[in-house]
This record gives sequence, structure tokens and C-alpha cells, in this order.
Amino acid sequence: MNLVPGNCQAPGEPGQERHLITGFIIRRLGQSIVVLIGVTLIAYLLLYLLNAQSPNYIARVILTSRALPPAIKQFNQANFLNRSFFVQYGHFMWNLVRLRLGTSYFHSQSVKSLLANELPRDILLGGLSLIFSLLIAIPLGIAQAVKRNKTVDYVGTAVSFSLYSMPPYAIAIILIQLLSISFHIFPAEAPQGQGWLSMLEHPSGLVLPVVSLTLVSYAYFSRYMRSSALDTLAQDYIRTARAKGLPERLVLWRHLLKNSLVTVVTLVGLSIPTVITGTLIIEQVFNFPGAGLEYYLAVTQNDFQVMLAITVLVGIITVLGNLMADIGYAILDPRVRY
Amino acid sequence: MSALGGGLNPREIELEAGAAEGGEIAVTGSPWKLVGRTFAQNKLALVGLGLIVLMFLFSFIGPLIYHTNQTYGNIDFVNQAPGGSFPLGADDEGYNILGRLMVAGRPSLEVGLAVGFVSVVFGLIVGAISGYFGGWLDSLLMRIVDIGLAIPIVLLFIFMADIFKPDLLLLMILLVLISWLVPARIVRGEALSLRTREYVQAVKGMGGGSSRIILKHLIPNTIGTIMVTITFQVANSILVLSILQFLGSGLPPTTPTWGGMLEGGIAFLQDGYWWQVYPALVCIVLTIVAFNLVGDALQDAFDVRLQER
Repeated sequence: MNLVPGNCQAPGEPGQERHLITGFIIRRLGQSIVVLIGVTLIAYLLLYLLNAQSPNYIARVILTSRALPPAIKQFNQANFLNRSFFVQYGHFMWNLVRLRLGTSYFHSQSVKSLLANELPRDILLGGLSLIFSLLIAIPLGIAQAVKRNKTVDYVGTAVSFSLYSMPPYAIAIILIQLLSISFHIFPAEAPQGQGWLSMLEHPSGLVLPVVSLTLVSYAYFSRYMRSSALDTLAQDYIRTARAKGLPERLVLWRHLLKNSLVTVVTLVGLSIPTVITGTLIIEQVFNFPGAGLEYYLAVTQNDFQVMLAITVLVGIITVLGNLMADIGYAILDPRVRY
Repeated sequence: MSALGGGLNPREIELEAGAAEGGEIAVTGSPWKLVGRTFAQNKLALVGLGLIVLMFLFSFIGPLIYHTNQTYGNIDFVNQAPGGSFPLGADDEGYNILGRLMVAGRPSLEVGLAVGFVSVVFGLIVGAISGYFGGWLDSLLMRIVDIGLAIPIVLLFIFMADIFKPDLLLLMILLVLISWLVPARIVRGEALSLRTREYVQAVKGMGGGSSRIILKHLIPNTIGTIMVTITFQVANSILVLSILQFLGSGLPPTTPTWGGMLEGGIAFLQDGYWWQVYPALVCIVLTIVAFNLVGDALQDAFDVRLQER
């Protein structure tokens, strides 16, 4: 458990400690499953409301307006749409558990293959911007804390405050204006290739979407990195490390940086909803062919299966992010009580 | 700071404000003076406050002084560049952009304030009950909050806007439905720590009931957190609203909104019609900046109250 230097010994025997963590993780997993069921329930309820508001709405959209009543009836029966909400929901969940995500009628393609095509691009966009934003936020946050109330701190705070107050599309628009319209350095449209590898063949088109999302995530991280580093700097073990004559470089590296990384684990987990909202907007602005743009199209085209699948998928990712934040925090920081 | 530092969960970093030690807050007057003084010393806070007043005057008084026709566009002036009777030009339907900016500010400010207040009050009640009673009620309420937070707001809204075609009131209700979650969690965290304080034990010992403890002790002692949370919620609601308008999923396009103006203007960015994009962008960002500045300053002010006690 001695991953974090400078923390006091956790109480109790090591075995008991591990036992407590296991119990905590199991309890937390149980909660996550409850939350996931809630998310699917709400997502399906919305679809159910849509169908209840104007009868046979789903059937009419998918079978087109020329469908005759017998065809609609047959469609409803085949898809359990004439049954009670809980039967419908049960049917949906049973399919979901077996990973049968249905067919996108708009693309005439299974939702699974559609997502298999798009998610790698999202992982590329999200992963790159996550790495870049952390590479900026961690050192800058520490520098701001160490040089508190100096120029670095003021500039950093001003930048992160401005970014935080800007809607994601505003960041994107300003970047397009500067780097694409005023100076023709990067194109304002993301590469439209088939696989995610083909996107990498046109890296210049990736620059603006990735930089925009990096700034969105940086705005989120920077708010917490500085105050977390300040909190760490005020700890007794930092004073002890300095008092025993450890060079300042090592104090920062061994004690401050490593302790700040505990915060990063939590922050990355909790930032997921913000990043997903950002991704949706960035994809919209740059016409980036990912799941966010797909969701947006799906809603305008009433592509129900895609809407449901992406809502549930995002719910799962968010819940996993929260889980990672809590468990990571509990494992990395022995001071946390369960 | 030592009492506040240590193993702070990032979720709780923002909660540092508020949570006074002491009994019923109405008894003492001086903490408020201290908060007010600290706030007034913060120049950025005054800038934020000034910006908010300016935005209100611009949106609510402005159209009374500067009359423009925002019902019908003038097709003779489509995409007109700034100048003459069009200080900020005209958009692709011939509307005067300066006049439209004023009218478009109203829904943002109305929605922001209404949603900010209502959602925090609602979250406050749920959070205080959840934190004070604990047990199964706490678990139930917090799972509901978790479920709500696991559904991404913007996805949910695009979905809902597709079903309901919202007007201003419905949009506010939908926004409140998702905005009370974070305040509830914040207040619950405060209530959890407040309920173990001596003065709460004392009220219990004297036979005070749960409703008295919650209404007279827990809620007044979270006042700092609440004020800070309201301010940030207003900023956040304006942000979410503008995102929805930008994506075309908020109010119908016939209602002028800053986000809607941006959505219309961005198509002409390549043509160099900057006046269709940047004025609306500046209005949105300035309003959000203003509320965030005030929120930050309030947070600092309430922090000072804690430190100087």
C-alpha cells in the first residue's frame, strides 16, 4: 500500500486493510449496477414516451408513412411495442445483455458495426486530447502552486478561467478563425476516411479538433490541479522533506508530483461527462465522423436504436469513470476511510 | 487551511466555502460584514457584478431605447456589413444584429437565473434531508443523483427536445430536472459533517425535532455554499442553454437567442461575415465570465470568513 510516499501508516493489519478495500469495491460495484439500470430505464422511458405521445410513432418512422395498419400491427408485435412498458423494457434489456443493439434503419447497418467503426475515432480524438491536456495541466498546476501569486500563477489562472467560461464551440470557432481562415495552416474539417487509421494519414485535419478538445479538458483539469497542489504543499510531510534537507527538485518530484497524480486519477474519472459533451460539440463543429456526430444525426433522423445504444454506452462510460475515480482514490490514498 | 486540506476529494474542493462553526447564523451580524468587505475588496468581483448589471440593462432596457424590428427581417439589408443604421450589421435574414442581441439576451438571463435559483433550492432540500437522515433514504436519494449524473445532459436534452419541442417554461423545467443534482450532492456533503456538530447534538438534547434542526441549523449554515453554488449554476445554465441553441435543440428558431444567432452565423464564418458570429459569442462569454467571477469571489469571501474566525 505504500504507493504514496509521506502518508502516515494506515491503521490495522495489512490483511484487514485489503479486506476493507475489497468490501468497498464490491459495494461500489453494486451501486454502479443500480445506477446503470437506472440509466437504461430512463433512456428507454424517453423512447416509450415518444411512442406513447403519438401512437405507432416508431413503426411509422421505420416503416415510412405509407405503411398499412396490418404491417404496423405486425411490426409492433414483433418488437413488443404493443405491450406494457415493463415488458418492452425487459425485452430491450435482454437484448442489451446479449449485446444485440439492433439495426440502424437509417444506415441499414447493425448498430454494433456502426459503433465499431466510429468508436475508434472517438478514442483517437479523446485519447490524444486527454494526454495533451494532462501534459499541460499537471506541470502548469504544480508550477502555479509553487509560484503562488507570481506571474506564472496569474497568467495560468487567467487562461484557465477564460477557457472555463467559454462554451466548447466558442473555443472551436476561435481556433478555426485564427488557424484556418485568417492563416491557412490547418483545415477546418476533420478527415473523412473510413477507418481510424486512415484519419492518421491526414493528421493536419486532426489538429484543430484535438486542440479544441484538449483546451476543453484542460479547462476542467486546471481548476482542480492548482488547488490540489496547493493543498499538498501545505502538508506536514512536505515540510518534513524540506527540513531533512531534500533538494527542492526531489521534494517536488517525489512528494508533490506523485501525490498530485492521485488527484489526476480522480479527475480523469469525473471529467468524462464534460469531455463527452465537449466531444459532441467538437464533432459537430468539425464534422468529425464519430459517435457524437452520429448521435446528433440519429436524433434528427429518429434513428431510435442508435439513440438508445449511444445513450446507454455513454452512461456506462460515465459510471465506469466514477467507479475508477472512487476506487483509484481508495487504493492510491491510504488515508481514505471506507 | 490545515483543517480543510489533507485528503480533500476534488468533488469537495469547491465546498470549502460555507459551513460556519456556530449556532443559528441570524444571531451574529459580523460574519456578513466580513464577507461583504472581502467581496468588495475583490476588484474582479466588482467587474463581474458590473458586467451582470450591464447585461441586464442591455437586454431588458436596451430594446426600449433602441427600437428595431425583430419580427420581420429587412431583405434589402441581408448580410449587411456594420455601419449606418446597422451598427453591428445584419444577419442572413436582414435582422439588425445589435437589436437582436438585446432581445436574444432575455431568454438566456431569465433561464439562467430561474434555473439557478430553483435548482439550488430543490437540491438544498434534497441534500439536507439526505445528509441529515442518512441510512436507506440517503442511499436512495444519492443513487437517484448518480443516475441523473450518469446521463450526459446534452445528449438527454437533444433527445427530450426531439420529443417535447420545448417552450421557455418547459425548457426551464427540463433544465431544473438535471441541475439540482450537483447542488444536492454538495449540500449533502455539508449536512453530513454538520449533523455531528455539538450544536446539533445540543438541539437534539433539548428535544428539538428533525425539521427544526434541518431548517434552523443545517440549511442556514450552508448559506455560503448555497450562494456560491447558485452563482455557478446560473453560469452553467446559461452555458448549457447556449450549447443547446447552438446545436438547434433548445427554443424554436423563431425565438432570438445568442446561441441561435451563433448557429446561424457560423455558416458565414468562411465568408468573413464576422459580425454574425462574434457579437453573440462575446455576449455569451461575457455573461458566463461575469457570473463565474462573482462566484469565485463569493467563494473566496466565505473562505475568509472561515479563516478569520
